[in-house]
Formats: sequence, C-alpha cells, structure tokens
Amino acid sequence: MMQAQAFYARQPSFLQSLSQTLKLLARNKVGFAGFLGVLFFVFFALVLPIFVPIDNQTRMDKIYAPASWDHLLGTDFQGRDVFSQLVHGGREVLVIAFVTGAITTFLAVVFGSLSAVLGGWVDSFIMSLADLWLAIPQFPVLAVLASLVKLNNVILLALLLSLLSWPTLTRAIRSQVLSLRQRDYVEAARSLGLSTRHIIFNEIMPNMMSYIAISLIFAMTAAVYAQAGLAFLGLISFSDNNSWGVTIQLAWTKGAIFFRDSFLYIMAPVLAIALFQLSLVSFTRSLEEVFNPRLRTGV
Amino acid sequence: MPDKRQPVVELVHLSRTFEQRGMLVKAVDDVTLAVNEGEVVCLVGESGCGKTTTGKMIAGLIRPSGGEIRYNGQDIWRMDAAQFRKYRMAVQLIHQDPYASLNPAHSVFRILSAPLLEHKIASNPQAARDRVRELLMMVDLTPPDDFLDKYPHQLSGGQRQRVSVARALTVVPSVIVADEAVSMVDVSIRVSLLNTLRKLKERLGVTYVFITHDLAVAKHFAWEGRVAVMYLGRMVEVAHTPQLVNHPQHPYTQALLSAIPEPDPRITRTKERVQLRSLDVPSLLNLPPGCSFHPRCPRFEAGLCDVMVPELMEVGTATRVACHVVTREAAHALRDGHTTSLPPAAP
Repeated sequence: MMQAQAFYARQPSFLQSLSQTLKLLARNKVGFAGFLGVLFFVFFALVLPIFVPIDNQTRMDKIYAPASWDHLLGTDFQGRDVFSQLVHGGREVLVIAFVTGAITTFLAVVFGSLSAVLGGWVDSFIMSLADLWLAIPQFPVLAVLASLVKLNNVILLALLLSLLSWPTLTRAIRSQVLSLRQRDYVEAARSLGLSTRHIIFNEIMPNMMSYIAISLIFAMTAAVYAQAGLAFLGLISFSDNNSWGVTIQLAWTKGAIFFRDSFLYIMAPVLAIALFQLSLVSFTRSLEEVFNPRLRTGV
Repeated sequence: MPDKRQPVVELVHLSRTFEQRGMLVKAVDDVTLAVNEGEVVCLVGESGCGKTTTGKMIAGLIRPSGGEIRYNGQDIWRMDAAQFRKYRMAVQLIHQDPYASLNPAHSVFRILSAPLLEHKIASNPQAARDRVRELLMMVDLTPPDDFLDKYPHQLSGGQRQRVSVARALTVVPSVIVADEAVSMVDVSIRVSLLNTLRKLKERLGVTYVFITHDLAVAKHFAWEGRVAVMYLGRMVEVAHTPQLVNHPQHPYTQALLSAIPEPDPRITRTKERVQLRSLDVPSLLNLPPGCSFHPRCPRFEAGLCDVMVPELMEVGTATRVACHVVTREAAHALRDGHTTSLPPAAP
C-alpha cells in the first residue's frame, strides 16, 4: 500500500492534470472559443431550464410580439415566450447529439478495430455490411421509419440515428487500425508477449484518440442536423413538443415568416443550432492538441 | 575450432515466399544455420537479400513457408500456445528504425513497465520502477530518473534505440535479433551503442543474431563470432569472422569485402577490387537459374553455374560456401594434398 502510494505520488493529481488539459485547450484560440461555446450551450440547455420556467400559456393579446424586456426574443403564434422555448428546447438536441455520437463512435471503434485486427471472414462480413448500409439513403429511411414508429423517445431516436451512421466511421477506424497495427512498436509488443487487449487498448488506441474524439464530434453534428431535419419535416415530436427543430417547424408552418416582428422567433432556434454546430466543429481544433503526446509535457 | 556449445536456435532449410501481384517472391530460400548459445552471428547482405525476413522468422513474427526453426531442438511452429509465447519472449527483436519502434503516446517508464507488469516480472508499480531504473542503467541511459518520464519524441535516435534495447531486456531474452540496430543511428554514436550491446552480451550472456548490411560493423561487433553472408534470399557463405574477413571464399563475399572503403584514400584508390561482370542486382521476381550470383560472378563457368543451384558445402574448418567453383577447388586441393589458404577440412 505504502509502495503504491509512493508510486502514485509521482503521478499528477487530478487538479494538476485538469489545469494542464485546460492549458492545452487554450493553445488554440479558435478551438478554445469552440470549447467555451460548447460549455455555454451545455449550461444554456441543461442548467438554465431550472431557472427559466417553461411558458405554455396562450396570450391572445401578445401574438408575434416584438422583443421586449418581458419577452427577450418576442413571442410566438400563441403569444408564448420564445426565449423560454429556446431554453427548454436545447436539452433534446444536446442529449440526442451526445448519445448518438457516443453510440456511433462506440460501434465504429468496436467493429472497425475487430475488423482490422481479426481480418479474414470477420473483416469481410463487417465491411460488406457497412457497404450495404452505406448504399441505403439514410434520410429517406429515417423519414419512412419515423412515419412507422412514433419517434418521441430521445434514446430511441439516438439509437436509430447511430444505427444509420456507424458505417462511415467504422471504415475510417478500420483503416486507421490497419495502418497502426503494422507499426514496429505493435510488432515489438507482440514479441514481448503482450495480450491482444493490451495491444488494442494501450498501443493502438492512444494513437487514435484525437481521431476518435474528432469523429465523435462530427457524429454529434450529423445527429443534430438529422434530428433538426426530421423535426422540421414534422416527422418527430417530443413530449412537451419543444425542441429547436420543432420550434423552427412551428414557426415555419404557423406563418411566422410573414410577420416582421417574428424575425427573432424564427431565427433564434436556427442560430442556436448553427452556433452549437460551429462551437462543436471549432472545438475539434483544440482536441487535436489535447491528445498530441508531443504537447502533453512541457506546457 | 568447431563450436562445442549447444545450438539455441536452428534454422533448418528455412524458406519464405511472399505473393506480390500474383507473383511468388522468394524472400528467403533454403537457409540452414545453427546459432549457438552465447554466440554472435552476423547476417550480412545487400538490401532485399532476406536478412530482415530471416530475422523476423527467428523472432517468431513471420511464419516460414518452408523448413523449420528449432528452439532447443523443438520446432517453434509446432509448439503449443504457452510454449510459443515463451519462445517469442525468449527471442527479442530490435528494430532498425528507432523513430518507429517506440509508441509515441507513452513515456519511457510506461513503455518499459508494461511488459514487466503484464508478465508479473515486477509485482507492483514500485518494483517496476526500480527495475526500469536498472534497465536504463544497463543500456547506459544515466541518470535513469532523467529518462523515466520522457516521451520518445524528446529523445535522440541513439537514446531511443537504447530504450528499445532496454524494452527487449525487460523479458530477459536469451536471444536478441538486432535488425540493423545501429544503421539509422548517427555514426558518432554507433560505436558506443555497439559497445553497449557487447557489454550486455558479456553481462547477461545473450546470444545475438546481428543483421547488418555493413561488413565493417559486422567486423567490429562479431569478431569472436561468425558471419553469414546472404545473397538474394540464399546463404552463400558462413564462417568465423576472422576467417571470412581474411580468407573470403565465395566470390560475392570477396566482392563485398573489396568494396569496403578504407579510411586512407590512398589505400582505397589502389585497393584491388573484384571485377563483377554486372553491377545490377537481379530482381527477386525473376531470379536467374542456377546460382543466382552467376550473371555477376567473375568466376562464372557456363554450363555449371547457370544450371545447378550450389549447395552450402563445408570447405574448411567451420567454413561453408555455396559455390561450385570454390568447392571443386577445395576438393581438388584436398585430393592432391596441396596446402591451400585454408586448413583441410576436418574428417
């Protein structure tokens, strides 16, 4: 026990590594701005709803009201506060984005590395399946599925989106692993009798982390667009009928585009989605730095 | 004197073919060689002659397509999984490129401690740390604490190569296959790296299979050992290093030795070179019939060399040559009782 403590004493503490990671994130200005943007949206969509009450009250006298101190972004076709809708509409977007991204990446990493490491018929099988999957036009399939299944469950939708998006990433991961497993240090690890598990997770994966993290982000952005698109087409709806995509759809169908004062109403969810995506994509720049071992020390 | 030591690794009619664009490439063809315990054997040859493939086959990383590798008398590819794992650990390969052989994502400590912890050679991280320190000192990376937390990109080529050596030593190998281990290291540190390797041999009794394209390095490193010269996948001459350097038998070995530049340009200028009939190395995809050296060989005899593949024959004490002309001359000399440059073969 004492010896273990002596060993871990040399390892940086949690706070130290946190501050080091932050320093690495800050190395790239654009990336750091993206990181702050992502943090802001997490706060906006997950924390702010606790303080901003949801506004479901119809006010006939305030339909399409312009922005004011009472209603920061004006009101919608029922006179409801747009800002409140925006605050409460982000949760689904973020959760679906993250869950879809995580499941997609997980599937891709598992299938991709199995395919590359095992080779043979496993490789052929997974790759044929991926090819087949890629040949199916995804959005129409989603649209058809959405009309068959009632897609109002966030997790169900995330699962469906990731089931449709794993093949591209799987192929990319497979080619990465194929290239990395030829490296001399992997051969050395085999020669040293290290297990396949060790080779995959300790020799190959650490060199793919930035790639995987960036792929995760891109899977997230794809999920945001997919669900916004479905919501805009009116194919999905959520329990409280509120999500940025749903807001755009309602604004569109209820004629908000014909009112000058409702410009903010229709633009707010569009901007929220666009800015969230922009933050995610810029954030990838900083991720490269975090996972680069050359930068991990000496900061 | 013939070696009375036990062979550790034996290559018996070892071959390996690769398929390339539908063509079969014989990278290694019928190589037979016994590596004795505590010995240094140098594999020498031009690039593409099959040295590295042979080395990787010895390390159990490539499966031979013909022949077998015996470890203490047992064919390694017929061992059960546990024994084979043990064999692989007993024979460690040191790669040529120190920039590719260390995982860039891990610190030196992590690289060296992984095998120690995985195989329970060190029971806990602290013991591993002590052992890693010892290993770093063994390969002359001192003080070891300066290197423990470094990442490969913070080390020079020579230092990285020493870390590779230390990594090979973690599993206490009995044979080290050094594949051009010093060729990518700057000349100024090459000798000190070679000395470190020699020191390890004396200290740990490791057997070396030293692969190099540089006969001068072979001379320096394996003066007490043997040199095996390879040409286009086949072994053409095996002899004790002093014997091979002073009395090369095979025309190819003679050509190689005469091509070594001397430090003194006056000697180099006047040095007698073996005149080859052609300077082009034939393609492995289209090997010449008979002796594969015959299109270049100065001692080529039509009707013999381009028809029959020469076998590796003993022509003197512990010298084996694959050349029709040389073996015939040796046989004649033996019959006529002439004293040649070689002592007569032991009965």
